[in-house]
Amino acid sequence: METILTIHNLTKKFGPITAVSDLSFTIKKGNVYGILGPNGSGKSTTLGIVLNVVNPTSGSFTWFDGNTTTHEALKKVGAIIERPNFYPYMTAAQNLALVCSIKEVDKSKIDEKLKVVGLLDRRDSKFNTFSLGMKQRLAIASALLNDPEILILDEPTNGLDPQGIHQIREIIKDIASRGTTILLASHLLDEVEKVCSHVVIIRKGKKLYAGPVDELHVSFGYFELKSSNHEMLKTWLVKKGIFSAIKEENDKLIATLKVAMSSEQLNQELFTDGIILTHLVQRKESLEDQFLQLTNATT
Amino acid sequence: MLRLLHIEFQKLRYNKAAKVITITYFVLITFIALIASIEFDFGAIHFRIADQGIFNFPYIWHFNTYVASWAKLFLAIIIVSMMANEYSHRTLKQNLIDGLSKKEFIASKFLTVVVFAIISTIFVFIVSLILGLTFSDYTEFSILIRDLIYIPAYFVKLLAFFSFCMFLGILVKRSAFALGFLFIWWIIENISYAVLKFKIFRDSNIAEQIVQFFPLEAMSNLIREPFSRLNFIQSAADQLGAGFQKDYDIHMSQILIVLIWSIVFVNLSYLILKKRDL
Repeated sequence: METILTIHNLTKKFGPITAVSDLSFTIKKGNVYGILGPNGSGKSTTLGIVLNVVNPTSGSFTWFDGNTTTHEALKKVGAIIERPNFYPYMTAAQNLALVCSIKEVDKSKIDEKLKVVGLLDRRDSKFNTFSLGMKQRLAIASALLNDPEILILDEPTNGLDPQGIHQIREIIKDIASRGTTILLASHLLDEVEKVCSHVVIIRKGKKLYAGPVDELHVSFGYFELKSSNHEMLKTWLVKKGIFSAIKEENDKLIATLKVAMSSEQLNQELFTDGIILTHLVQRKESLEDQFLQLTNATT
Repeated sequence: MLRLLHIEFQKLRYNKAAKVITITYFVLITFIALIASIEFDFGAIHFRIADQGIFNFPYIWHFNTYVASWAKLFLAIIIVSMMANEYSHRTLKQNLIDGLSKKEFIASKFLTVVVFAIISTIFVFIVSLILGLTFSDYTEFSILIRDLIYIPAYFVKLLAFFSFCMFLGILVKRSAFALGFLFIWWIIENISYAVLKFKIFRDSNIAEQIVQFFPLEAMSNLIREPFSRLNFIQSAADQLGAGFQKDYDIHMSQILIVLIWSIVFVNLSYLILKKRDL
């Protein structure tokens, strides 16, 4: 598969603070990547470095096959970071025309892309009359002007109202379904979970995990159990020895599996030992749970 | 190169403030012509500025370039804000992300500065030529082209000044503060001159020798004030016994100093941008 971006041992220090520490990962064509991390974990700094606005302290990165300069490569990239930056006194169309000149693409795409983000009827309104949601959508239109090989989005739904968030997500899903590679930085896990196939988890500038979202599910899930004979059930679970953790939540017991086990098998064994369940649910951890586990494990 | 100019032109074109100030600038330069109509009446003495020879070739080249160079402050505002706005609108970051290199960014700004200086120079040349042909006592070609060096000198002066503004805009990131810094710099140069002249190197011209290398001083030395060169001022000074002799000529060394400053400012701008995390 074609490589779009390779990051190699990237480190960035701001004075005494290390924002990004020895970070390496690769972005392949056609996947949707999420960079996950709490606020201040170095997501934006990492993107800033590969987007030519932050100078790395050490390490390197290469775009595509490594034979193009960064700014030439960026003409094939669409990116929006943090918040939309445009000239406030220019209209939507004028701002996009300027981006076309910079990216050296034809201006004919302007109306097409404005339509994608639903701003065609506001093409001649000044940027400073736009709401934040509209500004963010204009930024996406701008990033799409060159039909980019990869779309980089940094916290695209930050500060938006629920409707705005929904609109942006729909647009992202739509773009992803057309086969565009996407790199989405976010601290919102459901956002990443909904659209990404691969995930890079970083914390305090260090990579904790990089790979497909499915393989992140290293655990075997957990059971939610309830029985009239609460204490007996608990003792049984502890004695069984296949659970990494047994927690009490409300009146339920949460038993996390160390090995694979079906709910049917568990029910069978409990019944045999004379424990009758009133409640049995087997669940997989959400990305959120796993994310919290991963980021807390190294605290 | 045209692409870079076009990019910058697109940014300025829709900026109302920039448009108004640019137009004001060129209108102001045209207003030099109005000096021609200034008349004084001191009882019996009727005095018309235009008749005092200010529009005579070749003096007019000196006079007009000097007067016009005051108006450069208007363009300075535009240049400082066209740099600082890129920071305050955070569009500099976006430009780089969109695929403009830092070098191209500086180049697009510098090319714009050059274009401003060229247009301004051509404008002053034409205004002076028309005024001269209308009012000058002598219009022979050989006299007309004498001292024409003031025109390229004017260009170099503008170029350096605008490069300085560009550098300040990048350095300070805020238009108002950058203009304030320009003023502070001017004060610093004057204070250093005063200190050198009256404290350290008394009774010698070493102070002048040093100060001529300061950027603003070097620029202003390029085209010195032309008034004391006027006949009626000269004769008035002679009558008062304060005859003075001043060097009004433009020296190649002065042009060179100013050109070097331009190069320094442009490269410093690039260096700052390159080093800075946005």
